[in-house]
Amino acid sequence: MATRHSQGIARLAVAPAVIVLFLWMIVPLVMTIYFSFLRYNLLNPDMDGWAGFSNFYYFITDESFPGAVFNTLALVATVIVASVAGGLGLALLLDQPFWGRGIVRLLVISPFFIMPTVSALVWKNLLMNPIYGLFAFLQQLVGITPLDWFAKVPLLSVAIIASWQWLPFSALIILTALQSLDEEQKDASAMDGARALSYFRYIVLPHLARPITVVILIETIFLLNIFAEIYVTSVGGLAGNLTYLVYFQGLLNFDIGEASAGGLIAVVLANLVSIFLVRIIGRNLEI
Amino acid sequence: MARQTSPQRKLIVTLIAWTIGILMFWPILWTILTSFKTEQDAVLMPQLFSTGWTFENFGIVQERSDYLRFAMNSIILAFGSTLLGLVFAIPAAWSMAFSPSKRTKDTLLWMLSTKMMPPVGALLPIYLIFKDYHWIDQHIPVLVIMFMLNLPLVIWMLFTYFKEIPVDILEASRMDGAGVWQELTRVLAPMALPGIASTFLLNVILAWNEAFWTLKLTDVHAAPLTVFIASYSSPEGLFWAKLSAASTMAIAPILILGWFSQKQLVRGLTFGAVK
Amino acid sequence: MSRIELKAVRKDFGNLGVINGVDLDILDGGFTVFVGPSGCGKSTLLRLIAGLEDLTSGQVLIDGRDVTELGPAQRELAMVFQSYALYPHMSVRNNIGFPLKMAKQPEDMIEAKVRKAAETLNLTAYLDRRPGQLSGGQRQRVAIGRAIVREPKAFLFDEPLSNLDAALRVQMRLEIMQLHKSLGATMVYVTHDQVEAMTMADRIVVLNQGRIEQVGSPLELYDHPKTLFVAGFIGSPKMNFISGSVAARYGAATIGIRPEHIQLGASDGGFTGTIRIAEHLGSDTFIHAESPELGSITVRATGNIEASPGTALALGFEASRVHRFDAQGVALK
Repeated sequence: MATRHSQGIARLAVAPAVIVLFLWMIVPLVMTIYFSFLRYNLLNPDMDGWAGFSNFYYFITDESFPGAVFNTLALVATVIVASVAGGLGLALLLDQPFWGRGIVRLLVISPFFIMPTVSALVWKNLLMNPIYGLFAFLQQLVGITPLDWFAKVPLLSVAIIASWQWLPFSALIILTALQSLDEEQKDASAMDGARALSYFRYIVLPHLARPITVVILIETIFLLNIFAEIYVTSVGGLAGNLTYLVYFQGLLNFDIGEASAGGLIAVVLANLVSIFLVRIIGRNLEI
Repeated sequence: MARQTSPQRKLIVTLIAWTIGILMFWPILWTILTSFKTEQDAVLMPQLFSTGWTFENFGIVQERSDYLRFAMNSIILAFGSTLLGLVFAIPAAWSMAFSPSKRTKDTLLWMLSTKMMPPVGALLPIYLIFKDYHWIDQHIPVLVIMFMLNLPLVIWMLFTYFKEIPVDILEASRMDGAGVWQELTRVLAPMALPGIASTFLLNVILAWNEAFWTLKLTDVHAAPLTVFIASYSSPEGLFWAKLSAASTMAIAPILILGWFSQKQLVRGLTFGAVK
Repeated sequence: MSRIELKAVRKDFGNLGVINGVDLDILDGGFTVFVGPSGCGKSTLLRLIAGLEDLTSGQVLIDGRDVTELGPAQRELAMVFQSYALYPHMSVRNNIGFPLKMAKQPEDMIEAKVRKAAETLNLTAYLDRRPGQLSGGQRQRVAIGRAIVREPKAFLFDEPLSNLDAALRVQMRLEIMQLHKSLGATMVYVTHDQVEAMTMADRIVVLNQGRIEQVGSPLELYDHPKTLFVAGFIGSPKMNFISGSVAARYGAATIGIRPEHIQLGASDGGFTGTIRIAEHLGSDTFIHAESPELGSITVRATGNIEASPGTALALGFEASRVHRFDAQGVALK
């Protein structure tokens, strides 16, 4: 709906952003692809030439690789199940009328705004420390031997921290969706004789299907790349995910070729998820 | 609410909700309380409150690790990258919201997909480029990375806000003789101000908490608070009160901003897929 | 005050032709109304004149000057939008003064012109309010005020009254006509409401599927519609159309007779019918009847007459009022 003149200016206005994002996406990706086929190690400058698929081969056959894949997927799965289930419960609770709703809402949403390095350290030291931590104190109180969280269950520990960080996000989204539920629909279903449970089953849950899908996809994308929590709690060796393994190969072992191959594997994994997410968002997009 | 809820029910819900709310907030509250304790008190569990309140932890943290410099870097990086993002995003969102072409939808979805790229896919080239050009730990290059990182989100948020402004009003300004610059600055920007402010706020928060690139590309000189806190992870004795003080100082400003922007969170992070 | 000419104007959106070749001369100082059903292209045509859309081909001339390639700001036209399109963040004063500010006129001159416009439009008391604090009619006046301060070459109105309630619409209709008289300006007005078109226009342009069906004064269109489309569109209730053997009797493929031109109770050479529904408006009675010869037919009778469903009727046509059309829907002389 415009003239050639204003269309021209409009194309010009969008160009800088497109160019920047194109450079940001394409240049590093192409370089990563290129590196992944090179023998390229910063500690060993004599080594060069094409590597074929050997970087991929070495990365996949690395003894840490199966563990890293398992950790990546297990972390994503655990946190999603915990945060969606918890978020649904929290949202249903916050949707009820009670005193101080606004304040409780702020309390619940707060963990999302805490920087990952802080939450990791606070949980590791103040809460999960086996001697002085709050959890250890509570466990002693009921007569259980305190658990050394990060030594015994490193993956679960990271999952707990991440769930705490992501629970507010899913709760807030599901709550927003709940509040957009038509009040008249509730009245109509009451007129139709629906009890609270069947109202939830046939009206509320279907209404929440899409927001929950969006939560799952967005969290998957962020959780696949989770790094700071693993890095700061120093459990990379025990519970490192793919992101950590790439970092380890590239920035600690300086094997750029192999790390690039690992990076590409992570890209493929993430793309499998983002295709679905982009579709859902695209379907909803009106230009 | 069509029906009145009974007071008993409301009371029970209130109790449950507050319990859960406090439990969720507990790690943060605990951190803040600990930051005012002495080191001895900090490791004594049973006491919620300190025997002697002290502010000295904050002073020691500042002295030991130069908190203010990191805080300054956080401000520069978070605000700078967001402002730069707005400079690029406002014209782009204006163009796509009000003069869409056949390719606009694809462009928007493509921009979104760049946000989905895992950072490790770009880590090595970016790291090597930074090394070659001696950009590591330099403000401007790190700021540019953070700007590109959040640009898709800034564009999307602005786009959804701009879509709500009737195109008639912009056309009226064109009829009234406004040029593109005047249309943007005198008509669109003031009308979209609440949306621009929310976008700004949410992106400052995300940039402030960004802890993948900052941990790798900065060290001391340009390092923000995420890196400052990470330096406390090395296990050198017990200094929880100081760790808590440092944490409190790192999260307090953004937590407060976060409270103001919680409503925009849904819109921003779901790219408009949940309204 | 200006003359606007459209020459072979075409506008396509993709493969879809929205304006399919329009030639039109809009007279200086006249009140021209574009009317037609939704989707006929009347708003697009106005936007093409305004410069808010590009022509696919053809020319727009203002006072003989080709403005086809000029942007909206350079055409020196003013437009009043359906939604009013007021700037919500500016006071009424700044809304009205905005075009003058854009033209970089001195502050005191802007103030004087805004005052004068506000007086004309009874807005003086509201100058410091925001559009959000005004009623629909007041917003409408602000939009008009913003248009008149620039002293444009012509005013363009895009369905300006469709968001107002019925009573206000009648009042604003009169005010706009008054304004036209006092300014003597060229006005182009788009509406889908044929009553608005009939009451306001000097000249009506009836559009259908991106083409001009007919141009003429309101009464010309009423008395001598050139096509079946115009005949059906102008006039309320709609003209009755009858085809088949009755039409053949008049030597036409289709004949049309307006409800007000059918006589009740004329037994000579007429038709018969049965009342289905009668609508009593007080001043008039609309009778919907079923006739074996004519099919469904609407009759308009003056006054409040007795008409209960099922009653038999005798119907007669005023012969001079019968419109005859050929198979292509074009009027026969």
